[in-house]
Formats: sequence, structure tokens, C-alpha cells
Amino acid sequence: MSSLKDRAEGIRRVAAAMGKEVYSGETLKNTVFRKDLQKSDHKVVTLEEAIVRSGLKDGMTISFHHHFRGGDKVVNMVVDKLAQMGFKNLHLAASSLSDVHAPLIEHIRNGVITKISTSGLRGELAKEISHGLMKEPVVFRSHGGRGSAISTGDLHIDVAFLGASSSDPAGNASGYSRSEHAKSICGSLGYAKPDAQYADKVVIITDDLVDYPNTPNSISEHDVDFVVLVDSVGDSSKISSGAIRDTKNPRDILLAMSAADVIINSGYFREGFSIQTGSGGASLAAVKYIREKMIEKGIHASFALGGITAHMVKMHEEGLIERLIDVQSFDRVAAESIKNDPFHKGVSANEYAAADESGSAVHYLDIVILSALEVDVNFNVNVLVGSDGVIRGAVGGHPDTAADSALSIIVCPLLRGRIPCIVDEVTTLITPGSTVDVVVTEYGIAVNPRRGEIAERLRAAGMKVVDINALKDLALEQIGTPDPLPFGDKVVGVVMNREGTVQDVIMNIED
Amino acid sequence: MDLKNAAAGTLESGDIMIQIAPAETKGLHIELDSTVAAQFGRQIRTVITETLTGLGIEDADVKAVDKGARDCTIRARVTAAAVRATGKDVWA
Repeated sequence: MSSLKDRAEGIRRVAAAMGKEVYSGETLKNTVFRKDLQKSDHKVVTLEEAIVRSGLKDGMTISFHHHFRGGDKVVNMVVDKLAQMGFKNLHLAASSLSDVHAPLIEHIRNGVITKISTSGLRGELAKEISHGLMKEPVVFRSHGGRGSAISTGDLHIDVAFLGASSSDPAGNASGYSRSEHAKSICGSLGYAKPDAQYADKVVIITDDLVDYPNTPNSISEHDVDFVVLVDSVGDSSKISSGAIRDTKNPRDILLAMSAADVIINSGYFREGFSIQTGSGGASLAAVKYIREKMIEKGIHASFALGGITAHMVKMHEEGLIERLIDVQSFDRVAAESIKNDPFHKGVSANEYAAADESGSAVHYLDIVILSALEVDVNFNVNVLVGSDGVIRGAVGGHPDTAADSALSIIVCPLLRGRIPCIVDEVTTLITPGSTVDVVVTEYGIAVNPRRGEIAERLRAAGMKVVDINALKDLALEQIGTPDPLPFGDKVVGVVMNREGTVQDVIMNIED
Repeated sequence: MDLKNAAAGTLESGDIMIQIAPAETKGLHIELDSTVAAQFGRQIRTVITETLTGLGIEDADVKAVDKGARDCTIRARVTAAAVRATGKDVWA
């Protein structure tokens, strides 16, 4: 037997050998009742204090997520504050930007923001940038590509400002709230997760500060440095309307029925298949027809991935889809479902679609239905730059899902007004043709020559398979040959491939 | 040819609104506002000009607000506006 006292010399010797201090012999305990203690948590500060204490400096990178889509209030709130505080030359790295972020134009003119990385740009901001507002080109990445870039350090984030619909004082945060004071809901926080995991400092901005423990949570206190309470982080009604609305557009319905027929006859419509669909009218309508066929044939899906919508939630609740994997909730029904249903799982951008993550969901995806602004005769797709040369969309998960799924289906009309959707060469290369398998138009279905077996199966089922060149010619016949766009010689955007290579550049447009 | 102020068409997607007025100076003056101006402005002006001259109208001020109409639609709207402006029915 030896007492602690007898071992003191040994403790000192081992500590010295390990280069450690010897334990002082006393630990201070905090005895305050924990409901009271958390009211004075040191992480809960004002926005200004969070910015100061984060150590943010001119020239650094700040990041945001876009789960509130058109209703986001966090980006403008934070950048306004940073401008007020005199910051300059910041790099704004958002998972995406939309119409609501037009106030950034002034902050760019004033030198507060000098660099942008994003998945998408829309509205006035996109228009100004297309006309050459910024010195440095905007860097566009897919959702999976952004996740990879953050985890590999290609995109290093100094301070992340992440909106959340609830957080406890420790920073356990979610895109929904279980408290009676809930003000907002966005569902999955998938695009905020890489930022939370890899940014040097993480500030949670919430409009519902709840008591610990705010479980189940999307973001862990482990990753959070500061928590800021504000009046509102976003207008949830602008994520999308809560109700399922079926398109009444006859062309969309025709496209949807064709897309559903392609799936059913593709060879991948089998027990346990997995599927992702976009949120476009035709894509949503296609789900309706697929559902009918699933019921008729007694086929179940193992999971649906997305971009989860009310349609998918309904099919999950009916038992047609076993599990939902959700990087971003597309409507309120989906946001409520992720809150209440353990089989509806929120995943990070990396778990969703990173090329360098072998377990990412897209690697297990059979079928994806996607939309397009333009598809060219080599099956390349553009979803970012309008046919007027102005940026007006988002890369999103388009290239990720097309590349990693077993079967990618693009649904688009031959013409939108006078604008052709099937063209000689896309205005901007977003999703490479080598990853695009089938293009569904109202004038026939084109199958990538790389997928001869799919063309055979569709023909065998009596479907109209046409040469994509014939579709392009048909479009031109109806509208005449478009004049070339007045592009200038300044690079305003860079499109990164999801694996981190430079895939295309976007030139400025002149009026 | 004597012209009154006249219009045809709508501002719906895929349509074009044509307004014709007596010319202030000789010739056809076309003011075009189009969502597809960069790629199709030249073609749209050509179709409007050819349609009007084909109906014998050489002098007019034309205002066109285009929402991506195809040539057949443009011809129809210009013809309708011209018929209303001249009072002469070309289909009779």
C-alpha cells in the first residue's frame, strides 16, 4: 500500500518527464442552479461583440448559409454591421445568394466586400456583377464542391455567421425550434455544417434562444464560439409556400409524364431504388406519376435525397420511401418533418454531395431528375447564366448529382418563349455532358450516346427517342438563329469543377 | 397613308405589344423593348419593318414591347395594329 503522499515524488517525476504540470489538488466547482447559470453564459454576446471577439480582420473570409433562401436576413444584417464597424476587403463565402442580397451592391462599391464565393447569384446583384461590378471574379462552386473546398482548406473560412431558428446558450443549434417562442423555421442546416465544422470561429445567430439542451440539434456547441440573439433571422414563408401545389401548365405535365416514363422504363425502377428530384414544376409533377407507378407495382424506394419537398414527405409517410436524406428543406412541410421524424435526416453538404467523400449520399443515388436553362448537343448543361449572358441561377447540386447518380435525367422544354433550351453550345459549362444521361423535352427524348442501353430500353417500351441535334434544329427552325451575345473581355465569374479544377469562366456582358 | 393611333398584342410571355402612331418625321421609327433584344432584336425589327412595308406603310412611329414572341406572332400583332391604324381590313 502507498498513500497519495507516498507517491508525490513519483507524480512529480512522471509529470516532469511528460512535460506536464502537477495537479494543484483543488478544483473550483460552480454551484449555481443551472437554469440560472446559463442565463449568463459567456458565449451569448451582441453581434458587434461577437465580431470583435472573433478576431475578424480586413481581408478575411466570412461565410453564410442560404437555408432561408429568399427570406434570409442574416447576410444583410451582418454585412451592414461589418460596414458600420469599418471592415474592408472581406471575402464573402456564402453557400448561395439570391435577390434579397441586392444591398451587397453598395458594400461592394464601398470596398467592404471585394471577393465573393457562392453557388448562385440572382436579381440585381447578379446583374451588376455580370456587368463588371467587381474587380475579382466571383467563384462558383457546386454544393458538394463547396463542402470539399472547405474540408480540404481550398476555401478557408475565418468567421462563419450562421443563422439558426433555435440555439441554446452553448450553441447547440437547429433550423427549427421546439419552444413556444419559435419565430422561424428552415429545416435542415446542411449547408451550414461544413462552415460550423471547419471555420476558425463560428457565430450562431438565432431568433430563439432556448434553454440547454436544445436537442436534437444540427450544429453542435463543440463547433460554436458565440451565440447572438436577434429579432429575426429569416422570413420562413419565403422558403416556399407550405402547400403542395401541382402545376397546371400542360407542357410541364407532359414533360413530367415523359420523365416518369423514362424512369419506369430505365431499368433502375426496382425495389429499393433511390431518387432525387428538383423543385421545378415538371420535376415535382413527375414525382406524382412515379408515386402512382410505385403503388401499382408495389415498389418502394430506400431513400429520397434533396432538396426534400412536401411531395417526398408525403410518400415517406405513406411508406413508399423508407428514409429521407435532407441537405436543404424546400418547403415548410419538409422543415416540420425533419424536426419531428427521426427517419428524415439532415446531412451536411459533404455528406450530401462531396466528390471526395465516398460515403456521400449522391454516391448511393440511382436516379436524379434535374432542370436546365440550356442543354447543348454534347449534353453539357448550363443552370447559371441566362441566355442574355446575365448570371441568374445557381450551380446547386446539379453537377454533383449528375456525376454520381446511376442515371441523370434533365427535363426542359425545347423553347422558353423565344429562347432555345437545346443549343449548339451552352453559354456556360456547369454540368459536363459526360455525366448527363437523358434529356426530356416535349418534342422527344434524347439519350446520351454513352448510354446506348438506356436508349434501347426506352425504345423497347415504345418511347420516342430522338437525336439531340434534331431537337436543336427544330428549335432553330421555329425561332431563327440568335445573334451572338455581346460579351466583353473581363472575367466576372469562375466555375469550379466539383473536384476543384477550373471548368469555365464567365465574361462580362455589355449592353 | 393616314394613320390613327392603334395598338395590338399583350405583355404576356411569348407575345408582343405593338403601338402604331403617325410618323413625326418621314420613315419607319421603331422603338423596341425586348426581353430577348441581344439575340433577336435585329430579327424583330426586320419582321416589323417587312410586315409594315408589305401593307404599304412607309411612315409610322412604332413602339414594340416584346416578351419573347416568335416571328409569326410578331407579324400577326403588327398586321392587327396596322389594320386598326389604317382602318383597312387586309383580311377581307
